[in-house]
This record gives sequence, C-alpha cells and structure tokens, in this order.
Amino acid sequence: MTMLDQTQGLHENATDLGGRGSVSDYIALLKPRVMSLVVFTAAVGLVMAPGNQHPFLSFISILCIAVGGGASGALNMWWDADIDAVMSRTKKRPIPAGKITRQEAFAFGMVLSFGSVLTLGLVANWVAAGLLAFTIFFYVVIYTMWLKRSTPQNIVIGGAAGALPPMVGWAAVTGDVTLVSIALFMITFTWTPPHFWALALVKNGDYQDAGVPMLPVVAGETATRHQIVLYSLLLLPVGMAPYFLGFATAFYGVGSAILGLVFLAYAIRVWKVREGDAARKAAMSLFKFSLFYLMLIFAGLLAENVIGLV
Amino acid sequence: MNKHNEVLSEEHTKTRRGRSVALAVTLGVLVAMFYVITIVKLGPGVIDRPM
Repeated sequence: MTMLDQTQGLHENATDLGGRGSVSDYIALLKPRVMSLVVFTAAVGLVMAPGNQHPFLSFISILCIAVGGGASGALNMWWDADIDAVMSRTKKRPIPAGKITRQEAFAFGMVLSFGSVLTLGLVANWVAAGLLAFTIFFYVVIYTMWLKRSTPQNIVIGGAAGALPPMVGWAAVTGDVTLVSIALFMITFTWTPPHFWALALVKNGDYQDAGVPMLPVVAGETATRHQIVLYSLLLLPVGMAPYFLGFATAFYGVGSAILGLVFLAYAIRVWKVREGDAARKAAMSLFKFSLFYLMLIFAGLLAENVIGLV
Repeated sequence: MNKHNEVLSEEHTKTRRGRSVALAVTLGVLVAMFYVITIVKLGPGVIDRPM
C-alpha cells in the first residue's frame, strides 16, 4: 500500500462518526513520555527561580505546562496522522489505529491548549502564559506543520519547543526571562539534535518511507555522524553553563563535565562504527544515554536547589 | 443506541461510559481546583469584603 492510499484511508476514517476512543487512547494522544520530560524540566525551572510562590499555585503551574505540552502532542498527531500510519514507531497511535478521528484529536488539543494557557495566566502570570502559548504554537505550527516535512534542520529549530518548558516554569514564578532561564533552555536545545539524529540513524528507513527529510535521509548517514559529534562537543560547555554563570556549585560543574565527556565518547563511537549491527547498537546506546544525560543534568540542578547548596 | 440510531456494541458502550466518567471527574477536579486557587490568591478575606 502506498502512503497515498493510507492517507486516503485515514480521511475515510476521519469522516467516521467517532466516539470510539477510550480514556487511555486520549491519554496516548498527550504523549505521556514526552510530557514527563516537560514536567521534569519545567519543575526544575520553577524550583530554581528566585521568589516565593504558593506551593499549590506552583503545582497548578506545572500541571498547566504539562497539559499544554500534552495538547501540543495531540495537535501533532492530528496533523501527522498520514505519516504516523506509515512509520512502524507510530502506526499504533490512536488516529492511525482508527480509535480516534482527526477531528476529535484536533478538538481535544485545542481545548487543552486554550484551557492550559488561560489557567496559567490566571494562576501565575501572563508572561508565563504567553511563553506556554508560544511553545504550543512553535511545536504545532512551526515544527509540525512547516519544518518537519520541509527541511533536514527540522529538529534543530523545532527543538526550541521542547527546550522552552524550564523557561515557562521560571517565568511562572518571576514573570520574566533571564540569562539563567535562557541557559536552561540552551541545554535541551543543544541536546535535541544528537538525541534525535541517533534515533534517526536507527529508524532511517521509516523516515524515508514517510518522506520526512530527516538529516540521514537527505544528507546521508556520514554527514549526520559529523553533526552528532559537533553538537555533542557544543553540549559539553552548554551543559556546564549553570556552573559558569554561578547558579550551580563546582560539584555540578564537575558532574556535568563528566556527563558531557561520556556523551561525547558515545557520539564518537557512533562516528567511528558505521557498518551493520554494531553501528545500530552504537546509535541506540547514544540515544539511551542522551535521555539519562538530560535527566541527570536537570536532577543535579534540582537537587542543589532543594538541598540549598546554591 | 446513539443519536444516529446506531445500536452500540458492548465495547463501544463501555468506552463511552469510561469517557463520561473521566469527563465528570475532570470537571469535579476543575471546580475544586479553581475554588482553592481563589482562596489561595485572594485569601480567606474574600468572603468578608464589602459588597
């Protein structure tokens, strides 16, 4: 079956009356795994921000950021239903699986988007709400609808959407954007390309079938490996930036340097090992370590603030 | 039976009930949430203010 046939199939599904999705299908639309990363990084931004906010309002602020992130996921699935049906990693998602119609996903995503932004504005402040609205807009319109299918730099620029939550968390307390919150943004922004390109090296065929111009599809695997090493090199000082800027201790500085060097070592292995199963394994190892890296970097910042070291 | 006179299957009825319960719980949580937000933001004095 060609992609076009499958797309037509989806449109037939879309004219379906709907109403078949279960609660778990709707939860799947929110991309819970991505949401957990959003919650975690936003919480770190919120905890690090100077100032006092009532714990209940902080909790609701994080909830709004989480729901806003989930809404972006639902709107991404609404738009990308045709290519999701082609790729093995995504073909079981609720829309290609025929459990939820595109219209239902769109309505669900829009209601949650407006609800989360308005509630954050009322609970925290309108700077944070504006940043959350911008995050949703950037992910859905700039990344999903425009960049994803048109340029191999899709995830480099689109990565900004995934990097914004700590800035939103920070702004929920302070009502502003500072060098510190920009540094937190830069960590996830720089981390995103090597993270996704490692996965793209493994799932190259999937992206090729779906016609998504990921870097390995357009520029080839060798060029992608060069880029992975370059971004991993850049990530080393960016990950240490909180220490250089004085809002993390030397303990964090040393820890982030070690983590950055290990990240670089995994990237160099991907660069060196280019053939067969070993190459796939190297790329998957980098992908898995990158998740561990981001979690530890933000956990380190969180721990230093909770313990009161900074 | 739904509004289009289709007889719903047992599974369809079950998922619809699940969605209805989830919506009811969500609405209840929202009401409680906004009540507490109001108290936290305005303080208990909100009920003492001159009308």
